[in-house]
Amino acid sequence: MDLNLTAEERQFRDDLRAWLEVNVPKDWGEWREKPIEVSFPYLRAWQRKLHEGGWAAVSWPKVYGGRGASLMQQAILWEEMARAEAPPMANALGLGLIGPTIIAYGTEEQKKRFIPKILSAEEIWCQGFSEPNAGSDLASLQTEARLDGDHYVVNGQKVWTSYGWVGNWCELVVRTDANAPKHKGLTVLLVDMKSPGFEVRPLRQMTGESEFHELFFRDVRVPAENVLGKVNDGWNVAVSTLMYERGPYGARLHLLFKRNINRLIEISRTFLRNGHPAAQDPLIRQKIAQCYAEIEIMRLNQLRAFGRVTETGVPGPEGSIQKVFWSELNQRVQQVAQELLGPYGQLLSGDSHAIDKGIWSYGYLRSRGNTIEAGTSEVQRNIIGHFVLGLPRSY
Amino acid sequence: MQFGLSESQQMLKDNARKFFAGECPMDEVRRLMETDTAYDAALWAKMTEQGYTGIIFPEEYGGVGLGKVELILLMEEAGRALLPGPFFSTVALAGAAIDIVATPEQKKKYLVPICSGEARSTVAMLEASASWDPIDAQMALVKGRLTGEKLFVPDAAVANSIIVVARRGVFAVDARAPGISIKPMEGMDLTRKLYSVRFNNTPAERLGNAAGLARGLDVATAALVAEMVGGMQRTLDKTVEYAKMRKQFGKPIGSFQAVQHQCADMYLETESARSVAYYAAWALEENTLDAAVAVSIAKMYASDACRAVGNRGIQIHGGMGFTWESDLHLYYRRTKASETAFGDATFHRERIARLVIDAGTVSAKSA
Repeated sequence: MDLNLTAEERQFRDDLRAWLEVNVPKDWGEWREKPIEVSFPYLRAWQRKLHEGGWAAVSWPKVYGGRGASLMQQAILWEEMARAEAPPMANALGLGLIGPTIIAYGTEEQKKRFIPKILSAEEIWCQGFSEPNAGSDLASLQTEARLDGDHYVVNGQKVWTSYGWVGNWCELVVRTDANAPKHKGLTVLLVDMKSPGFEVRPLRQMTGESEFHELFFRDVRVPAENVLGKVNDGWNVAVSTLMYERGPYGARLHLLFKRNINRLIEISRTFLRNGHPAAQDPLIRQKIAQCYAEIEIMRLNQLRAFGRVTETGVPGPEGSIQKVFWSELNQRVQQVAQELLGPYGQLLSGDSHAIDKGIWSYGYLRSRGNTIEAGTSEVQRNIIGHFVLGLPRSY
Repeated sequence: MQFGLSESQQMLKDNARKFFAGECPMDEVRRLMETDTAYDAALWAKMTEQGYTGIIFPEEYGGVGLGKVELILLMEEAGRALLPGPFFSTVALAGAAIDIVATPEQKKKYLVPICSGEARSTVAMLEASASWDPIDAQMALVKGRLTGEKLFVPDAAVANSIIVVARRGVFAVDARAPGISIKPMEGMDLTRKLYSVRFNNTPAERLGNAAGLARGLDVATAALVAEMVGGMQRTLDKTVEYAKMRKQFGKPIGSFQAVQHQCADMYLETESARSVAYYAAWALEENTLDAAVAVSIAKMYASDACRAVGNRGIQIHGGMGFTWESDLHLYYRRTKASETAFGDATFHRERIARLVIDAGTVSAKSA
């Protein structure tokens, strides 16, 4: 066990830091507050720049445009990006989840066709997984694909698709064999979202925004060469994507949480409670310390998990504890923010009295979704129980 | 950067698990807990042979010279086995404090016999106020002698020397010195005996530089957290095993989500406590700037998580878990003692607040 950076890691960090110093756009602060529809071209341009510098997907193999970097180096990258106050990358799902799945399961042609444009943010990717009647029980999904000559014909509906409004391509899980057991009749298709019969509609969520979309498929024709992995082996392909989502993808979140708790500490020094700074209130101190500590534990759990992924090559079911940990922790942190801010906590971004432009009212509402998206806390606990601890299936 | 254990660290841990399973199985734990001191000379000699009593001490004093991470791995396995007796008190508590605080001559005097297995030691800190902040100690050295009472002193009856935390100093006292009277305190944990130690004009030797005491206590605290992690893992393992085997309504109870999700939480709590215990050990070894915060985070989290794991484990065992025959309550008892030792979660949250809120080192930009 040695958490000091190796010479190689230090070199990586120094190179990256120097590159970021020169290249991080200075006007990100102004763009940050704008609606994502407005800032998206800006984020695409930023990702292209990162890609040109060789920093967009450092942990991918060199032949696919990465640096063959370790997950530790990937973690260093996120930390340095946060430190430099760099904008996020536009093609988050392509880089974080779908690209690695294509690299793992795709044919050479598919890799050549899709990977470069994922890296350059020329093609934005989404996931078509959940359906109105297939949420936690994902394998029961009904969207069907029927082989017709050298095309699959897709009919059905998907829901909770991030980046649906701007997506070009979709990693779509469909049923190709209705007679097989539910996990054995699924296939993953890579679908061009401009295909005729492919419709995207915004889904307004409880925060008031439309971060997610619904996808409708009416006789959408997908070339058979766009099957990712083997026909009827789609469950394994989809689970591979989900493991990246639960494990490594969540790893950058601790940086956001750390920023939040540090900001709350600052606020606690100026906000009064019973005539004194809240930072002197024994109960507030306890709550802030608890959040601070758990955010640090989240970081350490992830570093340890990275060590294990490095040994085994792929993220495993134990990544579910990261998902449970960060999602439930964020809800606690947001609640502490509300307690600290009192009546100010509820103010929305448009209100002139709002603290930090309303991020805390938004954060509180948004955090409700954390224990549902990317697999509910209940499903994560099923996964831990069955796949990690070896308990019998509960369903 | 590698969070995983090195080959030699993994080997040390595996060997320790085998050693404790062979030399101190549960029936031996139960035999020892019924004795007055829970100390067994033969077991101690075997642990000495393994190098355990000198694990972190420099070779010039007869130690093995390994680091805090190795200590933590050994403590984790000791915790898993519910090792009774004065190992923690001697090595992780008194030994670590002597190693940091004492002069070279004093180390020779006190560490050499610990490493060689001839002597055991402990630390006497708490007084009637039961404060874990050393600054609250009232006992003071007067003309080279100590007078007064220390409480909750672990394993004092088998200690050859007692390290006393007093005002303006840390002192070593020979356990057979005049004026000492040691009386058992009957605590919940049957495997680690507590004592009140009364000093009456007892001669004491000032140890080197007391400024290092806080760091010594941090080493002990991290070691205790590792011991708690071992106990959590054992409780989790036993509970999962039971949930697979025990049938109700015609099915293993582990197939019910109400049970399964509690097991998942036990796993999450155990793994999280382990992550931060290892990190705290490494931070102490490397003397990082956040070492003290890391220790407090570890003890804060483990104090609550260890209790939660014990609660869930007994609950899932149902009526069986409530019997004397079940081993779970033995771990549960140790947990309650460990939870308060060196400060509970509330104590350490306040310490974290002092270090990160009051110190003013935190700014929103330093994310």
